[in-house]
Amino acid sequence: MIPVNHVIVLSLVIFAIGIIGALSRRNVFIVLMSIELMLNAVNLALVGFSSQLANLTGQILALFVITVAAGEAAVGLAIVVAVYRNRHSVNVDNMNIMKW
Amino acid sequence: MNWANLFFDLFAVIVVILSVITITRRNAVHSAIALMMAFVGLAAIYVILGAELLAAIQVLVYAGGVMALMLFVIMSVKSDEQNQVKQTHAQTLIAAFVGVLFVVEIGVTVWMGFLYKNTGALAKSQLAAMGNTEALGTVLFTKFLFPFEVASVLLLAAMVGAIVLAKYKLER
Repeated sequence: MIPVNHVIVLSLVIFAIGIIGALSRRNVFIVLMSIELMLNAVNLALVGFSSQLANLTGQILALFVITVAAGEAAVGLAIVVAVYRNRHSVNVDNMNIMKW
Repeated sequence: MNWANLFFDLFAVIVVILSVITITRRNAVHSAIALMMAFVGLAAIYVILGAELLAAIQVLVYAGGVMALMLFVIMSVKSDEQNQVKQTHAQTLIAAFVGVLFVVEIGVTVWMGFLYKNTGALAKSQLAAMGNTEALGTVLFTKFLFPFEVASVLLLAAMVGAIVLAKYKLER
């Protein structure tokens, strides 16, 4: 079997890549994709621990994360479409109308 | 080193390379395709870890549904600025710092975990009696029935919300 440490290290690397992408990119689609990447890293950690501890609860939680991520992607993309209709841009720097 | 470890390392390298490609491409479509392949690689890793049902769901929902939706929206939204504007903003240095900080923080925790040298295996007795899908279904529809129903309501709310938000004009 795969040592759980290897799974966690892989999950960590993917999550860090997701953080850097979400914080540094200007294109809102790539920010959304980075968020999906982070959610997948968390899922990987959950499955790794589920495998390690021989407990299926981790996989159930990963299942719910996938469900919520699908809803989040749909709503997030709808918001992007609505914003694009008003601002004609997908650049996150232009989405500052609610900035305090 | 046995085959499972070898394939885990192979897919891990593939997924990490594709993730880096995802956040560095100028064209969002290229990013989306790289991310789609990364999701398939993650599904392979799930199979290696013994979570076959999650692997199938990963391919169906993520690589199929979410990424198709994302590509749809990327292509329907016309954005010329991705070819002209600088693609990263002033936060890049801070973002890199946060990422490195995260790697160090969790890395130290994981390194402490290495001291225990546990390798762990999925409950052979449980999986021998019934497959991963059946075991997961049994748990999902008994112990986690209420969260399951709540998730379905959440999906309904998300669907209605997405339709209302993306609709061109609401009839009054």
